[in-house]
Amino acid sequence: MGVTPLHIVNAQLIDGDTPRPGSLLAVDGRIAEIDPTELPEGSETVDAKGQWLAPGIIDLGVFATDKPAFHFGGITRAALMPDAGRLDDPGLVERAAKGGKPDLWVHPVAAATKGLAGKELAEIGMMKGAGARAIATGRARIADSGVMRRILSYAASLGLVTIIHAEDEGLTAGAVTTDGEMATRLGLASAPAIAEAIAIARDLMLVEETGAPVHFRQVTTARGLDLIRTAKAKGLPVLCGITPAHLFLSDTAIGDFRTFARLSPPLRSEDDRHACLAAIKDGTIDILSSGHDPRGPEDKRLPFAEAQPGMAGAETLLALGLNLVRDGHVSPGRLFELLARTPACLLGVDAGRLTVGMEADLILVDADTPWQVDAKKMAAWAGNTPFDGMPVQGRATAMWKGGQRIR
Amino acid sequence: MTIAKTRPVSDYPPGGDAFRHRHLIGIAQLTPWEISYVLDAAEQWVDLNRAGAAKHDDALAGLTIINAFFENSTRTLLSFEIAGKRLGADVVNMHAAQSSVKKGETLIDTAMTLNAMRADALVIRHQSSGAVQLIADKVDCPVLNAGDGRHEHPTQALLDALTIRRRKGKVEGLTIAICGDVLHSRVARSNILALTLLGNEVRVVAPPTLTPPAIERMHVTTFTDMNEGIRDADVVMMLRLQNERMDGAYLPSAREYHALYGLTPKRLEKAKPDAIVMHPGPMNRGVEIDSSVADDPVRSTITEQVEMGVAVRMACLDILTRRKRKIPGWA
Repeated sequence: MGVTPLHIVNAQLIDGDTPRPGSLLAVDGRIAEIDPTELPEGSETVDAKGQWLAPGIIDLGVFATDKPAFHFGGITRAALMPDAGRLDDPGLVERAAKGGKPDLWVHPVAAATKGLAGKELAEIGMMKGAGARAIATGRARIADSGVMRRILSYAASLGLVTIIHAEDEGLTAGAVTTDGEMATRLGLASAPAIAEAIAIARDLMLVEETGAPVHFRQVTTARGLDLIRTAKAKGLPVLCGITPAHLFLSDTAIGDFRTFARLSPPLRSEDDRHACLAAIKDGTIDILSSGHDPRGPEDKRLPFAEAQPGMAGAETLLALGLNLVRDGHVSPGRLFELLARTPACLLGVDAGRLTVGMEADLILVDADTPWQVDAKKMAAWAGNTPFDGMPVQGRATAMWKGGQRIR
Repeated sequence: MTIAKTRPVSDYPPGGDAFRHRHLIGIAQLTPWEISYVLDAAEQWVDLNRAGAAKHDDALAGLTIINAFFENSTRTLLSFEIAGKRLGADVVNMHAAQSSVKKGETLIDTAMTLNAMRADALVIRHQSSGAVQLIADKVDCPVLNAGDGRHEHPTQALLDALTIRRRKGKVEGLTIAICGDVLHSRVARSNILALTLLGNEVRVVAPPTLTPPAIERMHVTTFTDMNEGIRDADVVMMLRLQNERMDGAYLPSAREYHALYGLTPKRLEKAKPDAIVMHPGPMNRGVEIDSSVADDPVRSTITEQVEMGVAVRMACLDILTRRKRKIPGWA
C-alpha cells in the first residue's frame, strides 16, 4: 500500500477513561504502535496541539449517505439503514456498500424482510455476502411474532445482529407524538409511551427463546430501559441505543408545531428523558448514534401530522455527546465506547478504538471551542435539526480513514 | 333573558393594546380581558344584526377577505361570509374541493398564492392541527383560524362565551359540563381554554375512549358518568359525535352512546333547573341530544349560538383589520 506512515504527536489519546498525553503511529492503514519509540522512514508527523485523538465515530443507523455531514461530524463509518435504498436485495446492498468510497465507510444494514413489509424473509445470507453487516426491521417493527422469531434465529445462524425498532403498531397507529399535556393542548394524535415497552417485552422473550443477538436502535422510555436492564442482568445478548434528541429534548420541543422535532419514536416526557440520562450513566445504553435522516422542506414544511419524522443529526452528534461528558454523565472514554467501540463490535469491523491492529480511522477533537447549531448553515443536505440555535461545544478538526487524511 | 352589561371602553388598555395580536390563531394566546374585549365589541353587532332590514356597516368597505376552507364546512363558512359582507368587505370563498390543493399544491404554496392576491384578511379552516399557524407565519395579512384539526376553533369558543354571558348575565363562576367526543374536538379545546381562563369550573364528560390524555392538566375535572358529570351544572355543552367514531373503534354503536351519554330530558334534570343546553352543530338528533331538549326554547341556546357566531366574527374581523385600516391608536 502506498500510504505514508502517519505519526500523530502531542495528542490526548482517548484509549482509557480519561484522555492521556501520547502519540500514535499508523502504518499501512492500521494502527501500528501507541507511543512509538522508533519511526519508519518517510513518516508524516502531525502535531495534534493537545487535542483529543479518538477513534472515528461509527454512526449506527443512518438513513442517508450524506458525506459532507458525516465528515463535519467526525464520522468515519456509517451503518446505513435499509429504508434509505430499500436494501432487501444483494445487488442493492453491494451498491450501497460502495456508496461512500473513497473517503467514507458505508456498512449496509440489510432489510430483514422483503420490501421491509414484515412478511417474508429477505435473502439475508446473500446480502451478508454482498457486504451487509447487520439486518434491521426498518422504521417499524415486525408485527407478526412468528415472522420475527424466524428472522431472529435465521440471522443469528449467520452471525448477524438484528436491529430492532420497538413500537407497538396497534397503539401507535395514526399517532404523531406521545400522550401527554403537550399532545392534548396541540390537538395532535398521540400514543402512550408504553407502546415502546410492550414491543421490547415481546422481542426480549423471542431473544430468550432463540438466543439471537439483538440491538434496539432507540430505547427512549423508563419502562423500556427497565426491561433492557433486566434482560442484561439475565445475560441475554441485548444491546440498545439512543440519539441525543431523546437525551436533551422532551415533548415540550414540539410546541408551536415544530416539525423538526417530529421524530420516530416521538419525543417523550421529561421523566422519560431523565430515565434515558440515567441509563446512559449506568451503562444500560450501549450506543449513541445520530439517526441522521435529512428531510427537505417538502417533508417538513407541512402541518405537524403531515410532516415526515426524522432529524439531521450527524453534525451535532459529537458536540451533544460532549455535553454528556461536561454534565458528568459519562467519561470521555465511555463516550467513545458509545460512539465507536460498541458499534464496531456490533458490525464486526476492526475499528472503533485506539488499539494496535485496528484500522487507522482517527479524528482529532477540539472538545472546547463553542459554536452554534444553525439549521440554515448545515453541511447536511437538509437542515432539519431540532437543536437549531443551540449553543454547543466541541467539534472534529481533522480525520483520517485508513491512515489517509480526509480533512 | 339576562343580558350582561358591557364594560366601559375606559376599562380596557387604550387603542391596539386592548387586543395585541395580528392573528387569531387560538384562545391559548389570549388574556381574559382580550376575550372580554371581543365579546363587548360583538354586542354592538348583535344589535345591528337585529335592527330591521338594513344590516350593513361599511367599516371594512374596499377590503378583501378570503375564506380558504380546506375542510368542508357549511355553517362556519356561511357565518364568516355573512360577517364579512355585513361589514362591507369583498368576501371570496375558496373551497379545497375546487382548488389546486387537490392537484398536489402544498399548503405553503397555496398560502403564498393567497398572499400574493393581497387579501386583507384570511379566514382558514384546515383538517390538520397547526396548519393555520403555519400559514399565518408566511403571509402579511391577519389570519383567523376557523378550525384547525383538533387543535382550536377560537371563534366558536368566543361565540359560546357570548351566548353564555347573555343568558347567564356573566361568564365566570359557573359550572360548565362539556360532553361528548372531547378527544377529536377543537371546539372542546378552545372552550376549555376560554372558560377556565374566565374563571369557570369546567368539567369534561366523555367515554374514556374519547377523553384526551392528560386533559386534567388543562384545569378541568373529568367524568365518565354523564349523570354525575352534569349534576348541578349551569351549562351543558354538547359536542357533535362524528359518524365515523361510532363504528366500533371508539364506541360500540350510536344507540349505546345515546343510552350512556345522550342528553335526554330525564338526564337534564340532574343539571340546575335553569341550566342552558348548548351545541355547536350540526346535531345528531337522537344520538348525542334528544330533539325535545334541542328544541326547548327555554333551555336550548342552539340557534342563539348561530346568531352570536355572526356577531363575534364581525367583531374579530373588525378588530384584526384595524391596524390595516389605520384606526387611531392601532398603529
